[in-house]
Amino acid sequence: MADSEQPEISSEPQSRHVTYCGVCTLPPEYCEYGGTVKKCQDWLQENHPALYGRIWSPEALEAATAALSVDAQKRAARDAQKKTAKAEAAEAKQADKLAKSVITIKRIERNKKKFVTAVIGLEAFGLELKKVAKDLGKKFATGSSVTKVPSGGEEIVVQGDVSDELHDFLLEKYKDIPEDNIELVDDKKKKKATSG
Amino acid sequence: MFKKDITPAPKQKLKSSVQRSLRQALLTTYPLMTPYIDEILPKKSSLESMKLPDRNTLYVLDNVPLFYQQDTGEVMPHLRLVHRFPQAFPTIRIDRGAIRFVLSGATLMAPGLTSKGGRLPVEGAAPKLEEGKELDQKVDEDGRWSRELEKGEPVVIMAEGKEEACAVGVLVAGTAEVKAKGKGPVVEDAHFLGDGLWNLGTE
Ligand SMILES: [Zn+2]
Repeated sequence: MADSEQPEISSEPQSRHVTYCGVCTLPPEYCEYGGTVKKCQDWLQENHPALYGRIWSPEALEAATAALSVDAQKRAARDAQKKTAKAEAAEAKQADKLAKSVITIKRIERNKKKFVTAVIGLEAFGLELKKVAKDLGKKFATGSSVTKVPSGGEEIVVQGDVSDELHDFLLEKYKDIPEDNIELVDDKKKKKATSG
Repeated sequence: MFKKDITPAPKQKLKSSVQRSLRQALLTTYPLMTPYIDEILPKKSSLESMKLPDRNTLYVLDNVPLFYQQDTGEVMPHLRLVHRFPQAFPTIRIDRGAIRFVLSGATLMAPGLTSKGGRLPVEGAAPKLEEGKELDQKVDEDGRWSRELEKGEPVVIMAEGKEEACAVGVLVAGTAEVKAKGKGPVVEDAHFLGDGLWNLGTE
């Protein structure tokens, strides 16, 4: 009886493990077709020197060009140049965008002595708001959610005044965010109530 | 098929009955997957699906993409799965010159296969899959499949001088016809390395 309850003995896993480029995500033998060849090469040389030696050896390169006609080689080279330029432009644009992106941490007084902290602008750094909101809720053991703002975007609202801790947490956890790009704002309750 | 970037959508857990029928469909389409199916899709695993643009569905297991399917068409392997189990799928091979075109989403044309660097099934190969011989088909040392592949069959596209596959797609012309004519489209709308599906985050 015990025998039939035993889990099946599975044979050795057959799945191959393929190394993917840490820069362009393709198998490294295909890095030459992307726009980040130089960076890909540097990454491969540092992380997988043997693989680097195999793919970028003079013999391999010679075999690669021998298979193409002179015309095809010229066209491929032009194509590669265009791709590199495009990738560089995209990268510069992205860097520029990040440099200009500001994350605002706003302390908002809801009632007397009752605060919430809003975080605005995280999406510019490629962060998924839902996930960050969940992390923040856990980190500060408080309510934290994504809410829509009238302007059409979304922000994270954390219960309680955690502005300073949040500032430090973002810097520590997300290394892409420069400290200068985070601003802290205090949104005091207006003295005159607008309603009533 | 996935030339543009894809925004991830929420994943949904599949009913076990759906998962079972998908497993059956896979084994029918890819008999060579039989030895690996329990590793690819363990019986007790819970498969998830994600809706993609153009009525495509992606099947994901533990954040790892496995297959995609347009409407009720053939279930196609994600390239990462092909890389893990290359023996499970019939292949053709393109010459080096065709690689950059395929990787930019162009239709694969016959000359990329009939040239010196390309590979189509061996000469004199059986014209189609014979019943009972599903597990006998394989690729030879030279990179040629052991039987002709028919129009409408899913095929993995290998590349001259490369170890890993660069695309998967459905044949719009059978390999025998490609050999005879030597021109025309062979695979349209492939899933290729670096396309939107490849880059899609499935975590
Ligand atoms: Zn690369």
